[in-house]
Amino acid sequence: MVEFRLPRESEPEAGRRWPAPEGARRPRTFRIYRYDPEAGGRPRIDTYVVDLDDCGPMVLDALIKIKNEIDPSLTFRRSCREGVCGSCSMNIGGENTLACTRAIRDVPGEEVTIYPLPHMRVIKDLVVDLNTFFEQYESIEPWLKTHTPPPDRERLQSPEERARLDGLWECILCACCSTACPSYWWNGDRYLGPAILLQAYRWIADSRDEATGERLDQLEDPYKLYRCHTIFNCTQTCPKGLNPAKAIAEIKKAIAEREL
Amino acid sequence: MAHRASAARRLGSARAGLAEWKLQRLTAVALVPLGLWFVFAMLGLSGEPYETVRAFFRSPFNATMTILTVIAAFQHARLGVRVIIEDYVHTPALRLVGLVATDLLAFAFATSSIVAVLFAALGS
Repeated sequence: MVEFRLPRESEPEAGRRWPAPEGARRPRTFRIYRYDPEAGGRPRIDTYVVDLDDCGPMVLDALIKIKNEIDPSLTFRRSCREGVCGSCSMNIGGENTLACTRAIRDVPGEEVTIYPLPHMRVIKDLVVDLNTFFEQYESIEPWLKTHTPPPDRERLQSPEERARLDGLWECILCACCSTACPSYWWNGDRYLGPAILLQAYRWIADSRDEATGERLDQLEDPYKLYRCHTIFNCTQTCPKGLNPAKAIAEIKKAIAEREL
Repeated sequence: MAHRASAARRLGSARAGLAEWKLQRLTAVALVPLGLWFVFAMLGLSGEPYETVRAFFRSPFNATMTILTVIAAFQHARLGVRVIIEDYVHTPALRLVGLVATDLLAFAFATSSIVAVLFAALGS
């Protein structure tokens, strides 16, 4: 059966409480999930206080400040710090989002709680195992496929054809949507999940791609595609404002249209 | 050891799922008028004597509507329960037993309901 509760050894316990910086004028408390597989034991919630007057505006600024000045053992992924690399996806204030584009003042509640992406195997602290996620991405063959001989120059698109890719190409594969999806929680080994299905639709929607039929064949599956029950957590949480639920609906429509 | 990417591909696509997806929506649409009709018909029959109920089912329209409701409702319920089992039951043996039992029970209940309507409509 599906596990609705964490196993006891995975339940976080109260962790270390670091003192507030002296003379802080605008202190805000961050409660951050910690897990170190080498140390063993249960995960814990460590508490840090950051002076917002001495910190950048984004949650990632606070994380970097904590790592630099308070606790160098805090582990998280980050790279571009401007919402295009998709590395710093995590659960902030109960919502999957990017630490670099979520302003600290926009996090609801007294304390800022930061957890790893839900229902994923934790490697360390806020870093989760995304191997299956990227293997699923590879399985949809995310590259242009053609059968006709290549033209002498680029394969051209009209502005209208190009516009069909808007809302799809912007996806940065941060996995916020897939790890917010209950269907992906329960059947993540077989269901492709919203991020990968949006990416699959990106190639179906591409006027230059000539493998649409094969792509639809590969997706028509009770688990790969039809596990989507239009819950819409994906669309609600996407930090890029994209609509994976609509992309999935478009795939289902395309498969249905083949029979009409 | 197989390459990690082959785990994501597994057995490939089942090339199925559209039929169930369509049937679920088709029966949902059909059940809007059928369900409304059925509820009002049954409310009208509540407390009536046996002979009045027999007379209700002897009308070809009423018998047809009731049988259509039975078929749509059990088909829709079968697909819904299947989805719940596929979503939440992960033990392979339990999942198989659950899916088979759902199909068999839905078929058996639908058939017995239809036989009951036919007996009421045609029986002496």
